[in-house]
Amino acid sequence: MNKCIVSVLMLLMPLVVSASGGAGNLDKVYIDLSDQPSLQRGARTFVNYCLSCHNASFMRYERMATDLGISEALLREEMMFASDKPGDLMVTAMPTAGAKAWFGVVPPDLSLTARSRGADWIYTYLRSFYTDESTTTGWNNALFSNVAMPHVLYQWQGARSATFEGGGVADVSSVRYQSVVPGTMTGSEYDAAIRDLTNFMVYLAEPAKLVRYEMGFWVMLFMGVFIVLAYLLKKEYWRDVH
Amino acid sequence: MSKFMTWVDERFPATKVWEEHVSKYYAPKNLNFWYFFGSLAMVVMVLQILTGIFLTMHYKPDSSLAFASVEYIMRDVPGGWFIRYLHSVGASMLFIVVYLHMFRGLLYGSHRSPRELIWLLGMLLYVTLMAEAFFGYLLPWGNMSYWGAQVIISLFGALPGIGPGLSEWIRGDFVVSDATLNRFFAFHVILVPLLLSLLVYLHIVALHKVGGNNPDGIDIKKDKDASGKPLDGIAFHPYYTVKDNLGVAVMMTALLAVVFFVPELGGWFLEKDNFAPADILQTPPDIVPLWYLTPYYSILRAVTFEWLPGGAKLWGVLAMGAAIVLLFFLPWLDRSPVRSIRYRGWMYKTALTLFVITFVMLGYLGTRNPSHVDLGLLKNVTWSQIGLVVYFAFFLLMPIYTRMDRTKPEPDRVTG
Repeated sequence: MNKCIVSVLMLLMPLVVSASGGAGNLDKVYIDLSDQPSLQRGARTFVNYCLSCHNASFMRYERMATDLGISEALLREEMMFASDKPGDLMVTAMPTAGAKAWFGVVPPDLSLTARSRGADWIYTYLRSFYTDESTTTGWNNALFSNVAMPHVLYQWQGARSATFEGGGVADVSSVRYQSVVPGTMTGSEYDAAIRDLTNFMVYLAEPAKLVRYEMGFWVMLFMGVFIVLAYLLKKEYWRDVH
Repeated sequence: MSKFMTWVDERFPATKVWEEHVSKYYAPKNLNFWYFFGSLAMVVMVLQILTGIFLTMHYKPDSSLAFASVEYIMRDVPGGWFIRYLHSVGASMLFIVVYLHMFRGLLYGSHRSPRELIWLLGMLLYVTLMAEAFFGYLLPWGNMSYWGAQVIISLFGALPGIGPGLSEWIRGDFVVSDATLNRFFAFHVILVPLLLSLLVYLHIVALHKVGGNNPDGIDIKKDKDASGKPLDGIAFHPYYTVKDNLGVAVMMTALLAVVFFVPELGGWFLEKDNFAPADILQTPPDIVPLWYLTPYYSILRAVTFEWLPGGAKLWGVLAMGAAIVLLFFLPWLDRSPVRSIRYRGWMYKTALTLFVITFVMLGYLGTRNPSHVDLGLLKNVTWSQIGLVVYFAFFLLMPIYTRMDRTKPEPDRVTG
């Protein structure tokens, strides 16, 4: 029997190794969906800045408000700029054709970015902008070279220039920043704000994540009891076989 | 009640079928751990059909709506995320269970005479299941679904003459498009499930005709008591129904643990690229099928010899096809006088161990970039070429080493 179990575990071994691999140079962000104030702060940043150009077109305002403990009054007052119905999807007011003309590309939908790119990617990306005279927006990004997006949060972080060790190839692992214009936040305040925003985007990518861990705990408890009963039943029936 | 049953039995063989296949169907009493996976496969298949029905109620098979409708299920449909994860995790679970079920056959010689037809029907089930998984994989219309389908369909294009026309016929277009999505939906929700149900039925009919094998690989029907019941047999119900119930409980716990805590399983069950909608202008850096198809994908990519007549791709496709077709011939390739690994010699034991390691290695390599070095020493493509040789040697040399192997005498009665 033990041999059997060992062989099954061996068959499942490759599952332990992650299939997605992943870039090694990303800064790690601490995600905690039980930190509701952080999610609320992140949501505020998201609707005030990101949603000006990006969609989160799979998400409804009402769902966000309910999940994050935001009152309807506050939602209408301070978070809904592009719509007046809480049941609406979170769609930007910016016209698609205009977006294409202004940025060259339509800004991608952000509903699932935390699942397609990963939380660490978002956290690193939003902290990797620097000034670059050669681009049309005057901004560039060490993680996402020549990205069409300008540094929307530059008033918080301030403007920075960047140099790259070894040959000047833009790469997040070899970048050195120098402050050009100071922002309204200190470095660690800015990191905390981006962490809140990333935390929110992880929630945004999968609202069910708020409930599935706790639900899973009870389901496991139930299954544990079920296994014990199923085992006892089997043992009882099989007494006359052995 | 008995009056009612008499009325029914005069018109329909209800009691007869129940007794023949359940309450008086005698299974060997020594079935071990490995014999759980047949019934588990059936349970997961039922789970897939049930969850699939609910998904179909909300899913839209339209290239402009499909991706959004899956997110609608994940967010706006009450309990939708649970149903969807059950279905996506269930698909992988079905393959895990089926692979273990097939491995059981190799361990105890379940494919050997007189059970060749059970094996052949099982192999048809396996191939049909791969088709079912492939069609279903396109439906969420994620970027990896899209490019995965593009690559797999283009493989048919490598066949000489008919190739290009054939792949166009499968797609219904020059590229994977709305037409492809619609027909894949039709195949996934009705055509292939019907075939699977029919094959499961035939698989079980064939099994019950000859009776199940057991870990000793010996016939239990030669020793019967006065009433004709095999001495080493026990009634399927209640003995194996309560035992399989325990197996179902354990498997469902594992499945639910994945569903609730790690539904993506680090990218093995749901990949990152599939959280971005299909984009014909944006090819993912590494296009790979989901894990259960990657051993064959590795074999395809292992053939890199452009000097072969017709080109490497054609021979890769043929090798991949041959890798699956060879499995069908297993009952006739195996010439050992005994069925079970318990009474076989070191040669078959070594061959089977090497085969399992190779199969898992090929599966892993199928998810990696061929020119990288992930297993040390050699490039991934070189390892998969070694794997290809071992894979084919296991089958092609089987008639030789199974006959040469020094076997032990089989017992008269099952050993428990």
